[in-house]
Order: sequence, then C-alpha cells, then structure tokens
Amino acid sequence: MAPILEISDLSVAYRSDSGDVHAVEHVSLSLNAGEVVGLCGESGSGKSTLAYGAMRLLRPPALITSGSVRYSGRRITHGGEPVDILSMSQRELHRIRWRETAIVFQSAMNALNPVLRVQDQLLDAIQAHLKLPRHEARDKAATLLDLVGIPRDRLRAYPHELSGGMRQRVMIAMALAADPEVVIMDEPTTALDVVVQRDILSQIVELKDRLGFSVLFITHDLSLLLELADRIAVMYAGRLMETGSSQELMREPAHPYTRGLLNSFPALHGAKRELTGIPGVPPDLRDITPGCPFIPRCRYATGACSAVDMSLAPVAGTPAQAAHLTACPIVTPEVTKEASQEEVAS
Amino acid sequence: MSFLLRRLAFYLVAAWVAITLNFFIPRAVPGNPAEIILSKYPDLTPAAYKALEQMIGGAIGTGSLWSQYLHYWSDVFHFNFGVDLNEFPTPVNQILDQAIPWTLILVGTATVIAFVIGTGLGILAGWRHGGALDRSLPVLMFFQAAPYFFIALVLVDFFAIQHHWLPSGQGFNGEVTSPGWTWAFLSNAIEHSLLPAFTIVLTTVAGWMLQMRNVMITTISEDYVIAGQAKGLSRRRVIFTYAARNALLPQLQGFGLALGFVVSGALIMEIVFSYPGIGYLLLEAVQNKDFPLMQAIFLVITFAVLVANLVVDLIIVFFDPRARAREAA
Amino acid sequence: MKSSVFAGAANIWRNLPLKAKIGVGLFGFFVLAAIIGPQVQPYDPGAQTPLTMAAPSVQHWFGTTQTGQDILSQVLTGIRLTLELALLVGVIVTVVSVLIGVTSAFLGGIWDDVLSLITNVFLVIPALPLLIVLLGYLSQQGQTPTIVVLSLLGWPWGARVIRAQTLTIRGRDFIAASRETGEKTWRIILFEIIPNEVSLIAASFVNTVLYAIGASVALAFVGLTNVNSWSLGTILFWAQTDSALLAGAWWWFVPAGLAVALIGTSLVLLNSGIDELGSPRLRATRGTAKVAGHKIWPTDPTPVLAQLQAQRGPLGSFLHSFSRRSLLEGTSAGGEL
Repeated sequence: MAPILEISDLSVAYRSDSGDVHAVEHVSLSLNAGEVVGLCGESGSGKSTLAYGAMRLLRPPALITSGSVRYSGRRITHGGEPVDILSMSQRELHRIRWRETAIVFQSAMNALNPVLRVQDQLLDAIQAHLKLPRHEARDKAATLLDLVGIPRDRLRAYPHELSGGMRQRVMIAMALAADPEVVIMDEPTTALDVVVQRDILSQIVELKDRLGFSVLFITHDLSLLLELADRIAVMYAGRLMETGSSQELMREPAHPYTRGLLNSFPALHGAKRELTGIPGVPPDLRDITPGCPFIPRCRYATGACSAVDMSLAPVAGTPAQAAHLTACPIVTPEVTKEASQEEVAS
Repeated sequence: MSFLLRRLAFYLVAAWVAITLNFFIPRAVPGNPAEIILSKYPDLTPAAYKALEQMIGGAIGTGSLWSQYLHYWSDVFHFNFGVDLNEFPTPVNQILDQAIPWTLILVGTATVIAFVIGTGLGILAGWRHGGALDRSLPVLMFFQAAPYFFIALVLVDFFAIQHHWLPSGQGFNGEVTSPGWTWAFLSNAIEHSLLPAFTIVLTTVAGWMLQMRNVMITTISEDYVIAGQAKGLSRRRVIFTYAARNALLPQLQGFGLALGFVVSGALIMEIVFSYPGIGYLLLEAVQNKDFPLMQAIFLVITFAVLVANLVVDLIIVFFDPRARAREAA
Repeated sequence: MKSSVFAGAANIWRNLPLKAKIGVGLFGFFVLAAIIGPQVQPYDPGAQTPLTMAAPSVQHWFGTTQTGQDILSQVLTGIRLTLELALLVGVIVTVVSVLIGVTSAFLGGIWDDVLSLITNVFLVIPALPLLIVLLGYLSQQGQTPTIVVLSLLGWPWGARVIRAQTLTIRGRDFIAASRETGEKTWRIILFEIIPNEVSLIAASFVNTVLYAIGASVALAFVGLTNVNSWSLGTILFWAQTDSALLAGAWWWFVPAGLAVALIGTSLVLLNSGIDELGSPRLRATRGTAKVAGHKIWPTDPTPVLAQLQAQRGPLGSFLHSFSRRSLLEGTSAGGEL
C-alpha cells in the first residue's frame, strides 16, 4: 500500500539579496493511511516550512528547489498513480486543498478571520468543496462543532469571543469540514495550558480513530510525540536526523540530537537523573556547511562527520528494511549502550 | 463605556477646544485687531462703533473675560456667529448658508468617490504587489504631492481656457439660469462642478490607494489569509472577505484622520474655480480682514470634520465585530 | 568610528529602492537650486520691466509677470525661501514631537493620557482653517509668524506615531533589563529607545517638511503670508490675483507649481523608501519577484523551481511555436498557430 502522502527529497529555500536561506534540505518523509507521524524539532529547524512548503502555502520569497510530494488519496487518484502536489496547477491545488489535506494552524487567534462568525468560516470550508444545499451545510457545521465538543450556540460567535482552547477546537473542526484524508497539525496545543492540551490531544486521537484520517503532527515537544505518534521524524537545521517508531526512538535514539532532546525533559517514571539541555545554538541556514549540521553541538563528533552526506540509512546493526533510520553514521548500538550507562551512572 | 460614546465624548472635547481657541485667539494676539478693522470704517457713529467692536470680540468688551466667554458660548449654540464686516450688517450665518450647500455637495461627493476608487485600486495593487498598478504609483504620488490648487490651475487652463470644453469657474452660469430645482439649473450646476470634482478626485485618489495598498500587503501575510487560501476558497473570497474586509478597518481610520487635511485642500481649490462655496468665502474673508466670517468658517469646517469622523466611527463599528463588542459592553 | 558611520550610510544607500534614490536625487537638485539659485538668477525678482506678460523666451526662460518681472528669478528665490521655511519647521516640529511622543509613552499614567488627548484633539481639528485664522490675526512681517504657527500645529502627527513606537519598544525586555540595572531614564531614552526609532523619526521629519511646504504654499496662495516676498506660494498668489489664467499666461504659474509638486514628489518617494527600509514586508518581493524569468505574485502557490524552468514564458511559447518540434507535434507550449 502506497503511503497516503509521500514527501521525497524536498528542499525549500528562502531567497534573499544576501544569500538564500536553506530552510529545508532534501527531506523525505512518508505518511501511511491511519498513521500519526510526529515531526519534531526546535524553532527554526524547518518543520513548519516543510509542511507548508509541501502544501505550497509558503509566501515569497520561498521557493521549492527540489523534490516531490506525492498524494495517493482514493478520491483523486481512483486507485491509479499518485499525484505530485508540486506539479499541480492552481486549479488542481484548489481541489486538493482542504478536501484531501487540511491544516490546523498554530495560532488559532491569528488563523481565524476576525470579522467572520464561526459558522461562516465553517461554511466557507464546507461549501468550497462539498456544494451542499444551505440547510444541509448548516447542519454539517453544527455537527462539526459537536465533534469537537463545542456547544452549538457558539456558531454565531466571533473568534475573539471564544477562549483559547475553544478556538483551537474550532480550527480542528474546520480542518475536518471536508472529510480530508490527511490532517497536518502545526503545534496545535503549544499556546495552551497543559490541561486543555491533554483534552484536545485525546480528542484528536479519538477523531482520528473514528473518521480515519492520517495525521502529521508538528511540535517541538518530543515528550508529547512519544505518547501520541506511531512514528517520529526528528529535524534539525532543515534536515532529517532520525526517523523511527516512537518506541525505537525512546529506547534507542540513534542520533545524538535525538538523545539530547530526550534528555531535556524528565521522565515520569524511573530513576531521577540530571537534565541536560543541548549547549550551543542552531546554525545559520544561509551557509550549508558540508556534513552534519549538528557537529558544533555534538559530543560524539569526529573529523569524519564533516564528510557525512546526511542521507538516512538504517541504524547499524538493524536489518536493511528496518524503518528506524538515522543520518548519523557513528552512533552504533555499542556507542548507544555506553551512553545510556553513562547517563544512568551520573 | 461603549466605543461610540467614548468617541462622541472625544469629539465634544475637540469641539470645546476649537470654540475656546476661537474665543481666545482674537484676544490673545498682540495689538488690537478691532482697531485695524475699524479703521476701514471711519464714518461710523460712536454707537455703531461700539456695537461693531463688541461683535468683533475686541479686547474691549463688557464684563469680565468669563462672562464674555459664556456669552460667546450661548452665541455659538444659537448659531449666532456675529455680523459680517464686509456686508455689514448681514449676519454671518446667512452668508454661510448660501455657501455651505455648494461645498458640501462638491467636496463631500468628490471625496467619497475618491476614497472608494482609491481603496478599490489599493486592494488590487496590494494583492498584485509588484505588478502594473504598482508601477503607476510614482505618477500618482506626483499628483498627491502637488498642491491641489495647482493641479486645478493646470486643468482649468487645459480644459476651459485652451479648449473650452468645460466652464472655467463659478458654480453656475448666472446669465443662463438661476438657482432652483429646475433641470436647467441642476444640469448647469453639474457641468460647473465636473472640473472641480475631477480635480479633487485626481489629487486625492493616490493617497487612498497608497494607504490601502500598504495595509493590504501587511494583511495578506496574516495567518487567516493564508488559512483562507489553504481552505481552497475562491480567490475572490480570499481577497475580499478575508483580506480586504480586515484591511478596510485601518483604512477607514486613516480616512478619518486625513479628512481635515483633504477638506482644507479642497477648499483652497475652490478659489481657483471661483466656486461659490466656503473656500471662496474664506478667501474673501481673508482679503477683507473679515474676522467674524473667518472664525465662523473655521468653526463650521471643524464641526463638519468632527461629524464626518463620527460617521466614520459608526461605519467602523458596523464592519468590525470587535468594536461592536466594545460598543455593546 | 567615523568609517563605520560612512559604511553605515553607504549600506543604507545600497539598500534603498530605486524610487527612493530618485527621490533623494530630485530633492538634492532642489537643495542645490536653493543654495545657488539667488546667486545665479539673471534678474532681481522684483524688478519690473516693460516686457509684461511675455511668454518664455531666451531673455526670460520662464517668461514674465504682468509687471514684467522675470519668473525664473522669482522661482529660484522661491525655492530657497520655501525650502528654508519648510526645513526649519521640520526640525522644530520633529524635536517637539519626539519629545512629546517619547515622554508621553515613557511616563505613562495620567501624563500619557493628558498628552495623548491633546495630541488627538489637535490631530482631528482641521489644521488649515485654524492656521488661516491665526495668521489672519498676526502681523505679516517676515516669515516668523508662519514658522511659529506651522510648528504649533504640526507636531501631533509625529508625536502620535512616535508614542506608539516608543510604547512597543518600552515593553521590550531589553528596556526592562536596563531599568533593572539602574540606568538613568534619560540615558535609556537617548541611547536605547531613540536609536531604535531612527527610521520612524526620519519618516516623520520628511512628512513634516511635506506638510510645511504644502501648508505654507496654501497660506501664501490665499494671501496670508508676506505678499512681497517671493516664496513659491506667493508667486502663485500673484498669478491668481492678476488673472494669469484668463490671460493664458500659463508660464506664470506652471514653473512655481511644478517646483512645489516636484519637491513634494521627491519627498514622498523618499518616504516610501524609508518605509520599505523599516518594514521589510513592503519590500518583500523586490529582488526576488522573478524566478527563472517568471513573475511570482505574493499570493500564488509556492513556486517550484523545476516547474518554472520547464515552463516557457509568453515570449518563449510564441517563439517555440515556430520550432520544428512543435509544428510536427501539432501542439505548442500554450500558443496557437
């Protein structure tokens, strides 16, 4: 079964007079039907650029410099070849947007039109693709609010009249308006307090199970993904560092950066250990230095690291068809074991 | 307190400041302007002299400053702006009453038309930032920077003097028709207002367009516009209901602020056309040192601008649900 | 230290959009004219000659007035007088508006409310009629009354904008940090706040000069300034009073009016350049508007390099329609035979 969304070798650059900023460099990521894939990275790692670029929603001076984004939803391909979003015309994009791939934006306050009522914004999303008769569309809008647990009387409300959590739920309801196959969620809970966060996350999982869409969940919070996602991809400086199932990443992180991220938050169970951040700052994306971008901050870096070609390969010691991939060639299971023992000892 | 009430209170304060300024200026300047004026009328009886002095509001008035002030306020409330010096003893309001409708119709209509056209063009220019409309901006900037009355002079020279396509001035041709609700008069009046109106539109359109363009450019980068596009909505819906609808709010606020400036410029332009409105009246008042008229015109213009600002606030409340929320609170 | 100032200035120049550079050039031309004008003018502006209402000729490049005065000389003097006045008002008003704007934002509380109220009141009251009343009452000796009166009414615009910006900066962390370390208020204002507002202050200055030119010319046109001096507005006043229009003497008012218009345009261009310097979004697609020869609109889907390179533009399609391949295939890249 082909992945429902397959991003291959995608590169996105922001052009400027003082040099291009390479926000995303040759990233390949796939999303299978019904799956939750987490995309993790700090600010500036390119994770949002990747998602919006794949949907061609980035504004100038962004430019997609390589790659393809193949979508295999049944409605469009009718079982045939996947279509490449990057080669679509404006009209074809209109058909795909929202109906096939929807986005839940990061800041609901900014992503909702301040002068339109919730109902009108939902109707916009519905009618752009479903062309229902008036009353049916209104019913659907009301049903959508039910789905996310918002009282129906909020249909007539304006965005500024809703609480933060409610606004985010409206965004989710809106994303589901045209029954999409893929929902991209860009840090949907970052701006909310923890309790509301938990609520919304469990709602997302429930909806996903019920309606059957796939989720690309973007966040900087790896701890969230460990619980929520089936597979996780870790991004740094515009490149993928590691991908694998959440268990694999948690138990045996195969990249020093992932390891660093895991060490940045406390585990609820297990022995207490010292929290270490990752010293240093992310690199300037204008210069692509050869090799691994993490070198300046990596405690395992060797001279050979600057010759690494940053392509993902199965972790040393695992079978070739394995899904646990890493871009770091030096981290082998032995090194990993050593490191884990060190950490437990300190 | 609700939004509109606050705005109304503000305008009342502004009106109070204007009226008070009007009261104090003649009393604050060095020298006695009353004497300067009165030297023009050497043959008055002492009684008429005294009455005239009081009407000008000269430094020699009866009672204390405070009672003069109160008296002045009651005058203003009764629209008693004193007596015109040039056409003594015609009351100033009578003179104003004749001129106000002309200005109101010409300047009011032309300004609104210019705003609508400018805003519309600005929406397009902002959406297609960097396109053909943007290239016309320097030309429009030229029109915006040139004094209104200069453009008026050039246009009159071209259209009226050299080519006789349109009348060169006046509100209507007094030899052909006279004021009244007749088609003959109205069509003549319209013909005479074409060139002045065209001048106002030409000189002010650029400003509105530039302003709206800039607001649109910032607005289309807002998340909700990108979200609108992500939703696959038609381009029309995104441009108008998502982008322009929001950009309109700061644009309207800018309109309110610029109104005083635009109206002033239009008035000066009336002079070129000898158009029988307030602007032309102002020129005569200045030339004849007709202070009561000058000050009355200042008050009338100020009140008109304040009222117009209040109307703009009403429109903003209508369009912006956030303002409406504050309004209802 | 000095070299970095020059380097900074050179950098700013490089980054200015073309229209701002034109603005600077144009304004510079007029400043030059203001400086050397009265020295090189061929006649005394007030000198009357028998050659009245003459069209432009070799002896009088801009023609003459109704009393035979040379208009070119008048215009040259006028440029200097008008610019002097406008720049002086610009400086005074900018200083006052920065003072009021920053103080108001910094002090906060009741002072801010009072100052803001005063600012807003004077913003909404139409300036020109008030200027006319004020000048009408004052005597007309020299330019001083005009300068005073223009300055009195010109500061609200800048003050409002600067106050808003100061409030934003004031809320920023590095200011709070400075306060924590006990830096004196005036030092904070001078060394931390104002440097961050330079482009705003520059734009405000340019706007004020624009306003001063426009207002002084309008006031002169109405006859409220000294009608015996030769400012650009006064030239227009005499042109209007002596019915230049009806006499067909376009050369009387066109040069002066054009001078005002061009000075104004140069300032507006300059300002839009400063605007774009301060707000990169307005400039966004300037150097990057074209990819692979295709124009990209800001609201288009994100362009894909490979796709654009494969597509030909309209000219390319047209040329391609003549190629053997397209003729043989019977189709062309979007064109028709």
